[in-house]
Parts: sequence; structure tokens; C-alpha cells
Amino acid sequence: MEKGRFREIVAFVLQELKPKGKILTPFNVITAPIIVLGGILIVFRLVKGLGATTNLSQDFPWGIWIGFDVMTGVAFAGGAYCLTFVVYILRSEKYHPIIRATVLNGLLAYIFYAGAIFLDLGRWWNIFNPIIGNKFGYNSVLFLVAWHFLLYMLTELTEFSPVIAEWLGLERVRKVLNSLTLGAVIFGITLSTLHQSGLGALLLMAKGKIHPLWYSQFIPVLYLVSSVFAGLSMVIFEGSISHRVFRHQLDEEHHRAHEEILIGLGRACAVTMFAYLFLKALVFVHEHGWLYINSPMGYWYLVEVIGLVLIPAVVFSFGVRARNLFAIKAAALAAMIGIIINRFNYVFIAYKWYLPWGQRYFPSWMEIVITMAIVFAEIWAFRWVVNRMPVLRSSPHVAHEAAEGDNVIGREVTQWKASGM
Amino acid sequence: MDRRDFLKALGAGMAGAALLDLFSPKDLFAKEAEGKEFFGVLVDTTRCIGCRSCEVACAEAHGLPVPEVGDESIFRTLRKPSATQWTVVNRYRTEKGDVFVKTQCMHCCQPACVAACLVKAMQKHPEGHVTWAKNCMGCRLCMFSCPFDIPKFEYDSPTPTIQKCNLCWDRYKKGEIPACVEACPQEALLFGPRRDLLEEARARIYQHPDRYYHHIYGEHEVGGTSFLYLSPVPFEQIGFRTDLGTKPYPEYTTGFLYAVPFVFVLWPSILLGMGMATKREEED
Repeated sequence: MEKGRFREIVAFVLQELKPKGKILTPFNVITAPIIVLGGILIVFRLVKGLGATTNLSQDFPWGIWIGFDVMTGVAFAGGAYCLTFVVYILRSEKYHPIIRATVLNGLLAYIFYAGAIFLDLGRWWNIFNPIIGNKFGYNSVLFLVAWHFLLYMLTELTEFSPVIAEWLGLERVRKVLNSLTLGAVIFGITLSTLHQSGLGALLLMAKGKIHPLWYSQFIPVLYLVSSVFAGLSMVIFEGSISHRVFRHQLDEEHHRAHEEILIGLGRACAVTMFAYLFLKALVFVHEHGWLYINSPMGYWYLVEVIGLVLIPAVVFSFGVRARNLFAIKAAALAAMIGIIINRFNYVFIAYKWYLPWGQRYFPSWMEIVITMAIVFAEIWAFRWVVNRMPVLRSSPHVAHEAAEGDNVIGREVTQWKASGM
Repeated sequence: MDRRDFLKALGAGMAGAALLDLFSPKDLFAKEAEGKEFFGVLVDTTRCIGCRSCEVACAEAHGLPVPEVGDESIFRTLRKPSATQWTVVNRYRTEKGDVFVKTQCMHCCQPACVAACLVKAMQKHPEGHVTWAKNCMGCRLCMFSCPFDIPKFEYDSPTPTIQKCNLCWDRYKKGEIPACVEACPQEALLFGPRRDLLEEARARIYQHPDRYYHHIYGEHEVGGTSFLYLSPVPFEQIGFRTDLGTKPYPEYTTGFLYAVPFVFVLWPSILLGMGMATKREEED
């Protein structure tokens, strides 16, 4: 690349770094102070330690930073591996319009939420030890999960990279990056299978400390299956909001596809949730769940499994049949809450359920504010990218080529080839 | 399938096979390696009088705040080991009178904390000691996993460490026995090779069948521990968990770990095959 071109790109990026659009929107006014406060609290946490900021204790080593940011955040990011499978392996055209946004969302979720593990690590300066070999604890499930997080972030970056190249107008680079997509997708799905289930496998040695209604040797399988509908529910949720907020960026075709996509995702959620419930029933019988069901923890278990899995699954089915988008969105929200409750149960609610109320863990306000700041910062980053890169809108050259195509099939093929993502 | 596709598929398979070796949990279990026998401590609670000399000796040996002893009222509440106290003695009121129980790391033969650690900061030495090292990331999975809730974390420090009994590893290297054992005036603690301790424990039960409850806690629990306990009453009456089973805790993760190389070999091959099957002509 000649020097002039390089300088041009740097100037372009600097230009793009400036804020676009109105600054004083209600969303910004509410979230900006939380992000600033969260930033201050993060510094406070690093200087003062975990005890000064969190309600963690010797009995509860993990709180919402693991239960929500990492465990739930990674499950919610599962939409990326599911949809890349559908679009790049099964080559379904239908979900093509949302694949870039989903991969971006997955990538940012890993950077921000899994990145939050940095805050939770007591000795965070050692975070690269398992990567650089000081030492390789390769018999640990967490070793596997740590490596997978890193590799998966790189994989998702590779999957998203053609969009960045397009944004910078680097046509030849884009073509090279595009050719890496299929390989990245295959690697990404393999990694996701293992670390989504791996997060569940981390809990296996807490046998005796996790309530028997939740503990089973099948936790990894349950985590993997639930990451499918958790991820797809997140795609429905995020897609519905993006559809409204970034309305002006979408072309006619996107608008028309939106409804069909939501219904299709709703159907996939319903099917996976019923499969998940079937597994839950198997585990319940296998572990003699009826012995524990008539107790406070048993009722809490029913709230999770019936209230936040079975009912959302039924509502999904209804929404799909009646083509009711409101029902699908409501079911997605309920399913997501169900996932949060499920992960919280494993990390601190059904974990050591036998301890008296006074010794139990409740998050401190600082833990909550930092978590909210991380969520909002992720949304800001998402918005920044969407407003600049061709994530939701079709890229200029696609529209150009499509206009030249003479029939619908030709047009689809052109878009398929050109967008790559 | 042309030659290129074949080579691609082969490459994916071989990469998976290479990972198979990396992730296979062959070293998952600390063995009583090199012909050495794990050392351990036999705690005979029928001999303990609750003088807490072991607490004092432990604190002195490891530079921890030395506790005040002599005040009986401390036994009114049950205490757990903490970041500043690696061992504590508790009193239990039982049908056979007061029983004093010393608590500390059990030094499992196959420890959950060691299997949990992703940087091998937790280590089971061939001599039996379970120790902690400073390359730790502070993820606290060892605490989450330990069936006895032993590793303690210094929450109040910006540079926290994990604190737990290390069976006096430094003293062992100098040829000395653990400080608590040395300090015990009642010979309630006995240090030695685990096999000898088991024999001694059995002999005591045979010689005084009325004095002891006929079980050695730690012989089989969680696959065996280096600390072994004798008690006059059933163990659940003196604060022990008797529902932990005899399966070594690391084995709960082996099923998952064994599945990893299979997924690494199978998934890429299947996905690549599916991708080829759905490929359309016009894309070539």
C-alpha cells in the first residue's frame, strides 16, 4: 500500500471517531453517568481489592460478575455460533440480513462481558499466565475455557473483519479476509460447543454444594443446549431494538425480511426449549428430583423450569403459529430472564443453599453499577460500529451490483457473493 | 471431493488429533508417584483436650497473627479456618461428652483444587502436601470446588493470596514435622506415611472398640485424604460431611475432558462436510 493511501485511511478513521448524530438523547443522558461511575468504581476495585467493592465472601467466591457477566453473557452471545452455522454451513439465505449484527454482538459480548472476568480475578496481573505457560494447567476445565475465550474472540474478529475492511474501503484486503470466513465459522462453532458446555463443566466439582435439583453430571449438556435458545432469544431481543433504533439504515428488503426472521428464530427457540425441557425431565428422574421438590428450593426450581422455560416455550409456539411478533418478543425476554436465573442458581443461589440467610450472597451496589456500566458500554460500542460500518445497511457496492442484476435470483446471488458475511 | 478438499479435511482431522494429546487428562490424578507414600496426619479426637496449642504453633510457624488461648468462651461458636488462621479447634457437645475437632486442609489424595487450577498454582506434591504458588490468577475456582471449603482468599487486599494449610511444606523440606503435630501435648496428632497412619488408626479401634466409632474419616472419603480422623461418635455429630462419597473429585470432570478431543476431531470434519454438501455450483 502506498503512503498516501495509508494517510488517507488514518484521516478517515480519525474523522469517524467523532460522535455522530444528537448527543443529548435520553439513552445517553441515563447511561453516560453510569458508565463514568462504573469506570471510577473499576479503578477503586483495582486499587482497594475485591472486599471493598463486592459482597463476595469465603463461602461465596463467585457473584454476579461471574454469574451474570461471564456465565450469562457468554450464553447470550451464543446466537453468533448458531446463526453462523445456519448461514455459512446450511447456507440459508433467510438469516443473511442479520448475520453481521449477530456476529458483531457476539464479538462485543465476549470482549466486554467475558472481559469482565479481568475485574473478578483477584490477581488480575496474572491473567495471561495460562496463555504464556506460567503454567499450563491443561487438566483444568477452566484452562480449556480460558483458551477458548481467547481463540473465539480472534475467530469472531476474523468473521467480522470483512466488514471492517469494507468500511475502510480496502477491497483487496476484504477479499482475502472473506476467504477465511468458512474456516473461521467451523473453528468458531467447535470452540463454542466446547466452551459453552465447559462453563457448565466448571461447576461439576461443586458436587454437594449445589442443590441436587440443579446438580447433575449433565450440566455441560444443559449449558450447551440452553445457550442455543439463550443466544437466539438475544438475537430476537437485539434485532427488535436495532430494527427500531437503526430504522433509517435498513432498506426495503431488510424491513420485509424482519418479520419472517423473527418468526423463524421463535420457532427455533421453541424447539430447542422443548428439547431442553425433555433433558431437564430426564435429569430430574435420574437424580430422583421428587425427593426435593416439596421444599422452598423445590418451588424455586419450578419457578425457573416452568415459569421461565416451559411458559416461554409455549408462548414462542403460540407466537409462531399466530404470527404474533409481540408474543415472540415477550417470550424471548422471559427466556432470557430464565437463563439469568439459571446461571445465578448455579453460581450463588442453589450453590450452598443450606447456609442461613445472613451468610448468603447478595450483590453490592458497586457490583451492580459496574455490571450495568459494562452492559451500557457494550451497547455504546455496538452503536458506534453500526453507525459507521456496513453492519445493518447493505454495503454500497452490493446495492450497486444488485441494481445491475436483472432478476431476483441474480440479485440474491450477487448480494450473497458480495457481502460474504 | 478433489485432492485439495481431501487434504483440507485431513488437515482438520490431524489438528484435532494433535489436540487430543494436549487435552487428554492423563495427568489428572496425582499419583503416589516415584514409589513415595503420601505423608499425612492422624487426628485422634478422643485425645484432644482443646488446648489450641496447634493453633498457636501454626500461626507462629507461618507468620500469622497468633491467637489468644485460654478463653473457653471461644468454643461457644463454631469457627472455620480463615485467611489468617489456617487451623482452628472446635468443640462439639455429644452423648460421649465434649469432643474437640481440629480443622484444616485435608490434603486430599486427588484434590479438587488442584484439578480446578488452570495455572497449576495449586499443587499436590508426591510427598502429599497440597501447596499454593504465586502464579495464581485469583479466579477462586479452587474455593468453589473444594468439598471441605478450605482455600481462603484475602478479599481485603489489592494483592490477594490464597491462604490455607500447606502441611508445613517448608518445615518438611528441612526434615521437620508439622508445627501443629510437634506442639500437641496430648499426642492427638501423629505425622507419618499415610499407610502407617491407617494401620495405627485401625489398631487403636481394635484395641479400644468402645472408645472409637468404627470408621476412619479420610480413608475413602473423596478418594482418600492425607489427614485422617478418629472419633468417639459418628462423624456427622462433630461437623463432618458424610455425604461426599468416595469418588475422587477430579473424576467428576473426566467425562467432559475426555469428550473434548472427540469434539475437536469430529466437529470440524462434520461441519466441513456439511459445508461442502450445501455448496452451490455458481459459487466456484
